Order: sequence, then structure tokens, then C-alpha cells
Amino acid sequence: MILVFVSAALMAVDHRQNWLEDLRGGISVLVYPLQYLVNLPVSASSWIGENLSSREALLEENARLKMQHTLFKARLLKLNAIKAENLRLRELLQSSKKVGEQVLIGELLAVDLEPFTRQIVINKGSRDGAYLGQPLIEADGVMGQIVHLGPLSATAMLITDANHAIPVQLNRSGLRAIAVGTGAPDRLSIPYLPISTDIVEGDLLVSSGLGGRFPPDYPVAVVSHVEKDPTQPYAVIHAIPTAKLERSREVLLVWPAGHPRQGDAAGTDTETTAEAATP
Amino acid sequence: MSIGQHHGGGVIVLSFIIALALHMLALPDWAEPLRPDWLVLVLVYWCIALPERVGVVIGWLTGLLLDVASGALLGQNALTLAIVAYLALRLHQRIRVFPLWQQSVSVMLLVALHLMLTLWIKGIIGQSIETWAYWLPALSSLLAWPLVYLTLRHLRREYRVR
Repeated sequence: MILVFVSAALMAVDHRQNWLEDLRGGISVLVYPLQYLVNLPVSASSWIGENLSSREALLEENARLKMQHTLFKARLLKLNAIKAENLRLRELLQSSKKVGEQVLIGELLAVDLEPFTRQIVINKGSRDGAYLGQPLIEADGVMGQIVHLGPLSATAMLITDANHAIPVQLNRSGLRAIAVGTGAPDRLSIPYLPISTDIVEGDLLVSSGLGGRFPPDYPVAVVSHVEKDPTQPYAVIHAIPTAKLERSREVLLVWPAGHPRQGDAAGTDTETTAEAATP
Repeated sequence: MSIGQHHGGGVIVLSFIIALALHMLALPDWAEPLRPDWLVLVLVYWCIALPERVGVVIGWLTGLLLDVASGALLGQNALTLAIVAYLALRLHQRIRVFPLWQQSVSVMLLVALHLMLTLWIKGIIGQSIETWAYWLPALSSLLAWPLVYLTLRHLRREYRVR
């Protein structure tokens, strides 16, 4: 009986406040070895796969990556010039918006969480400077944000979780909206846009940075379905996330410009300035 | 009570750890809804076999671990597993003498109860689930029970857990 009350109290507190995060973080240290263990066969198989792949395949991959690297480097050259120019212009306008954020690469643990929620576990925690609510991105777009933080690991909610919403902006027209997760692995819904809104299939949605949680200008989703029924006040709009939410193994933890990374500078080798990708 | 009466606690702990690991093991998408509730099965087995050792408190603690491991609301699985353990304790003398298939059915009902309580809690905090696939673990637990039962019984006799 007592336990029933204690759990009810725990649930109420956990749902409304977040001062139980420390307790959760503490217990997560106990659970982490197990998660690591469960992940081991998966990472081992990928390691074996890498080690057993043939020489030709490796050479081919190497050549491809080299080419890509050169390409990106060339683009980066131009980007640096553009960034400097942007900064100069902003100084002229006396605007203080900063470009560039700190990032750190984290790895996904192949661990299944509660069914019917879209959450992932990553192998970076508060010891690496991660913080609650920190945005996660992937090579192709925004992935989600950290909801539970432990010292060694963190649980992140993907943008497709039914409890998740992210402020976005239409890249083409600058229109602001909110992209809400549906719980389906590859669909976001954009509610509360009147049917007169100028939005068509194929429009890119980027994060708007409103709300201060996600850094602005990262791609989030591509509009896949627009239904404008004249009898309804709002259009029904669906979008497909650009990030490979179900497939990627690596994520980038982002420290937005206004939220510098705390603690040690051990990860200086991985710290770079990330830029919004332009697909 | 002397230490000699309690024996083989390691087996119990190990079985719970393995059950928790099976809960977290990544499965392909199609198989995920079919995952049996391993933790409930193991908990119910020990409640039936050793009601004086494993009970509501153990159920609550493992539930709390599962909450943290699965990112659920803190206390959600703790509550449901404690209730399942309580019922299993109340019914242990009856379930013990059932033939295996009747045991499976009663275990399925316990798993279904666990699922229903979870659904209620999720409903209260506004994360409703609207697919019938939600109830599949009850069926797969029914199929997995003989396996769990026979394995754990063998282990219990082998290592004289009491």
C-alpha cells in the first residue's frame, strides 16, 4: 500500500517538476552498464564488419570520402569568407546575432526503450558537459533534445515523439510555425496554419530558434502533404523529418551560441563550428 | 533466521538482470510489439516459487530500474510491477498447482493487467496509445511463460535456491 502511494507521488512529481532528475540520473548509472552490455553485440558486429570488409571496398570508400572531403573543404573555404562578411555586415548593422556553435559527437546505444515513444539513449552525459534540453542534430537535420540526463548517458526525445514540438520556419517564405511529432517514425504534423497559408509540398522547414532551445537555421523537415479543405479553418499539413532518425548511429550534441559548454575542454579535438547545411 | 535458509540469491538477481537486458535488447521494428514482458514473467515466477523471498518490494525496485532504463515516467512500472507482485503473491498457492497451460493463461492476465495499468497512467499524463498492437505482449508472454517457467525451475533446483 505504502509503495503504491510512493509510486503515485513519484509519478506526480516526475510529471510536473524535474527535481527528480538527480535521482533518475543516479539510478541511470546502475542501468548504464547493462545498456552498454546490450549494445555490445551490435557494436561488435559492426566492428567485425568493418574489419572484415575487403581491401577494394575500403579503398573505394576511402576514395569516395576523400573526394567528399575535398568538396566540403572547398565549400568551407567559401563559407569562412561568407561568415566573415556576414559578421562585418552585422557589425555594421550593430546586430549581435552569432553564428557557429560548439558540437560534440555522441553515439547511439542500440537499446530499445518504452514501446510507442520515440526516444534514444546516447553515450554522453553530464560528465561530457551535456545539459537537460540540449538539442541533438544529425548530418541531415535536427534529431531531438535531451530529456533525461545521467552522468554517463542521456535519454533524448526525437522530434517525432508525440510529446515533442519544435518551432520552425518555412525556408522559402520565412513563415513561422510549429512542427509537432505524431509518434509515427517518419511524420511531423504542422497544426494551426490557416488554409490561406502559402505552403506547398516540398517546402523545407528549418528550425527558427524561437524558444531559445534549438539553434536557428538547421533543417528539420520537408513538407510532404498539404490538404486545404475549405470547410476547415486550418490546413492539414504533414512533413517528413530530414534527419535519418531511425538509421543514424552518430548524433551531434550542440551547444548553442548562448549556452557555452561547461566543464573541461577535453573534447577540443571534436569541437568545431557547425553550420546549417544547405541542401 | 539464519543465512543457511536463504540460498542462491545470486540466481534471482541474475535472472532479473537478464530479464532487464532482454527488455532493452534492440529488436527489428516488426518484432518490437511482440516482445514479451520478461520482467513480469520472471517476477511472477519468483513470487510463485519463493513467496517468502521475492515480493512486492522487489517488484517495486525492479520496476523503478525499468522506469529509468526505458525512460518512462518515474514510478510507472514500479507501481504496476508492485501490484502484479502483490496479486501473484495472493494467488501463488493456486497458480503453483495449475497445469502449465493454465499457468500461462493466468500469467497472460497478469501481464494484461500490467499493460492496462500502464495504459491508464499514460492516459492520465496525456500519452494515449491507440493501436491494438499495444496488447500483443500479453499474447507473446503467454507463449514465453513455459520457457521461462521451465528454465527458472531448472535453475532453482540446480542451484537449490530457497
